[in-house]
Amino acid sequence: MKRRDFLKSVSGLAAGAMVPAPAIWSAAKADARSETLLIVSEGGPNNLDIHGIGTNVPGYEVSWNCYDRLISHEMKSGPGGVPYYDRDKFKGELAEDMNVGDMSATFKLKKNAKFHDGTPVTAKDVKWSLDRAVSVGGFPTFQMSAGSLTKTEQFVVVDDHTVRVDFLKKDKLTIPDLAVIVPAVVNSELVKKNASEKDPWGLEYTKQQTAGSGAYKVTKWTAGTEVIMERNDAWVGGPLPKVKRVIWRMVPQAGNRRALLERGDADISYELPFKDFQEMKANGKLDVVSLPFSNGIQYIGMNVTKPPFDNPKVRQAVAYAIPYQKIIDAVLFGLANPMFGAAAGKTTDVAWPQPTKFNTDIEKAKALMAEAGYANGFETTLSFDLNFANVNEPLCILVQESLAQIGIKATINKIPGANWRTELTKKELPLYTNVFSGWLDYPEYFFYWCYHGNNSIFNTMSYKSPEMDKLIDGARTAAATGDTAAYDKDVKGFVDLAFTDIPRIPLYQPFVNVAMQKNISGYQYWFHRRLDYRALVKA
Amino acid sequence: MLTMIGKRLMFAIPSLIGVVIVTFLLTRALPGDPAAYFAGPAATKEAIEQIRKKLGFDRPLIEQFFRYTNDLAHGDFGNSLTTGQPVATEIRNRLPASAELTLLGLFVSIAIALPLGVLAATRPGSWIDHLCRVTTTAGVSLPVFFTGLVLVYVFYFRLGWSPAPLGRLDVFYSAPPTVTGFYLIDTLLARDTEAFGSALRQLILPALTLAIFSLAPIARMTRASMLAVLASDFVRTARASGLSPGTVIVTYAFRNAMLPVITTLSMVFSFLLGANVLVEKVFAWPGIGSYAVEALISSDFAPVQGFVLTMAVMYVLLNLAIDILYGIIDPRVRLEG
Repeated sequence: MKRRDFLKSVSGLAAGAMVPAPAIWSAAKADARSETLLIVSEGGPNNLDIHGIGTNVPGYEVSWNCYDRLISHEMKSGPGGVPYYDRDKFKGELAEDMNVGDMSATFKLKKNAKFHDGTPVTAKDVKWSLDRAVSVGGFPTFQMSAGSLTKTEQFVVVDDHTVRVDFLKKDKLTIPDLAVIVPAVVNSELVKKNASEKDPWGLEYTKQQTAGSGAYKVTKWTAGTEVIMERNDAWVGGPLPKVKRVIWRMVPQAGNRRALLERGDADISYELPFKDFQEMKANGKLDVVSLPFSNGIQYIGMNVTKPPFDNPKVRQAVAYAIPYQKIIDAVLFGLANPMFGAAAGKTTDVAWPQPTKFNTDIEKAKALMAEAGYANGFETTLSFDLNFANVNEPLCILVQESLAQIGIKATINKIPGANWRTELTKKELPLYTNVFSGWLDYPEYFFYWCYHGNNSIFNTMSYKSPEMDKLIDGARTAAATGDTAAYDKDVKGFVDLAFTDIPRIPLYQPFVNVAMQKNISGYQYWFHRRLDYRALVKA
Repeated sequence: MLTMIGKRLMFAIPSLIGVVIVTFLLTRALPGDPAAYFAGPAATKEAIEQIRKKLGFDRPLIEQFFRYTNDLAHGDFGNSLTTGQPVATEIRNRLPASAELTLLGLFVSIAIALPLGVLAATRPGSWIDHLCRVTTTAGVSLPVFFTGLVLVYVFYFRLGWSPAPLGRLDVFYSAPPTVTGFYLIDTLLARDTEAFGSALRQLILPALTLAIFSLAPIARMTRASMLAVLASDFVRTARASGLSPGTVIVTYAFRNAMLPVITTLSMVFSFLLGANVLVEKVFAWPGIGSYAVEALISSDFAPVQGFVLTMAVMYVLLNLAIDILYGIIDPRVRLEG
């Protein structure tokens, strides 16, 4: 073969192989494309059932879309006109009627509700599912207990289509807790058939397949690669969703996720770097939705049991030394709500989160350090979770730089994600940054977990104050009994105390960012911050 | 021959036992508490304890070890916590993906590097020698993830020639029924030419990335060993006897220069399986490397152990294959136990 011929044939071959997929799709394929939603994200589920052991957050998204609960939330108009779940308004999902009494709530089930395999949803299934949630242990049981739902005796079958939930005590969070992801209703007969003596709740079975009555069902799941979900056309929980099929692919590279979006190959993505979101927002080719985490704050925490941070003056000095605005601008590219710099005369709101009155003021910080007896500063370590390094690392470097100006020499301690929780629960880290956000959007809920002296694992500062406990407990009781005046007083009281004692310094309220094609509409913000496919529309 | 192979495999058993023990201890020595990790962000101390009990991590180490070896003996590698699947199934599904990519990458690399090395050796100092030097230096000095990203940027994002970097097949094709696990072969067996085309298109960029990275050692080694052989007495004799240059180079010189090249190839192959991790990340390839790394990050013991063990077995087999190949190329090399 002549060299020229050889070159020709080789380049021909290469070109043949490189030609993109033929533009003329078969009709069926074009239809499939327009009725299918392609989602790309970094991580995928490790379990399709939220009741399973160690189900991760992407797994919650599957559960939310493939299972129904008794009740769900109504939507309201949120920031920027984006639909936002309404904390205070509930609607039936499997229940057609809810009747809340003094010490119990009664739910009437929709008569035509069916599981994916066609068996009708009965009160027996609901009881079995709620029993399961409070019995399996781990996260689901913990979440149920947050609404004072802990005993199987609380769930009573009245007749085939009526269930009663008895209250252990008056708790404002009981009804909202029935609308979170955990109390999902499972096809009890089907799962029991696949349960074993070692696994009485059939967790192994529901880990691999969905057994619910929800709007979607998983038809194929390749762990770490993709999840394919098809619409359940017999769904009665709400209006029939517009999207027929959802393909959710895991793409680990953030740059590639952005490329896929910008080329128009993927429909929706989240978990991109803030810089990408900001640039995509600016160039306007895609729709980018940014909404604040409900009841969530990124903060700097300090261990108050050990010197030097046992001294409130030192904590205040740190609070005056944080470069708040720089963090918002350089780390988050403006995609966050500031939680600092409230006007000096502003009165405290009955709301959470709300900004502190701290501002960056190095002179004041220095003076406070001197007053505390640390005019020459001290050495400490500043720790963060490497899983969220794209925010935490630059944030900690800025804080480190600023602290050096008041004499605090902080060494940065990067902790791998697998180790972070272990280290945090030991409560020995002197100085660290972290995020907390509660599914239930109530100030007393946040404070109960983060500031109460019963020292839950979220009270990462080991902060204990009898006065604080009294205010938090007071607000909880007032909420349950409906005593608004006492409630407002106590909420204002604990917010004020948290800001003067300042065991943790609020930095900002983070945003959840989602980028999607212009032809996608119907995005809704939910407390769990994952996608609700049921409302999405692809034009 | 067969008894020799049997003997070699017998000798591999102690090293495999060693690998089992060491990986078990190493994964336990990792910082991080899987129970705390999997208990989720909202877990109490009691919840973490419950999970620890369910996973069996509250038992003494020695008991855990015997449980593990007992399961291994039954072919059970345990369950991955991050993906929720049995490790054996996952490795069986993911290994072909990695192997297909690595083999294709290596094949492309050999196809370029061998002729390049031979030509460079026969004409030292010429333009082709310089070309060889420049390409290999460039290839080896570019990190794989960088090459991968640049290729994606140019051929997918800018030019649109290449399909979306979304793994082994386009989203709207379904995978062929598994026979070998290699999509290129399975799609042909299923007579699905459209899916074959899609699988091939998806493979080109990642395979090219790997090939660029592995060009250097193969080409350099070919060149060096060819130079040495070309300067030896028997080549001079062959030339003096009036044999054609082609016969001298291919039949006499190249065959003798092959041994060090084969050794390099085996090293490059094992090296590529490692480099795969980054390529798999860039191209969302569902391979074994990214699986192991993700497991390691989340202190997920079972997949890490399964991965190391699989790799150990593969190295044993690869070494054996290379040794047998030696014997075929150069009958003077004997397969010793």
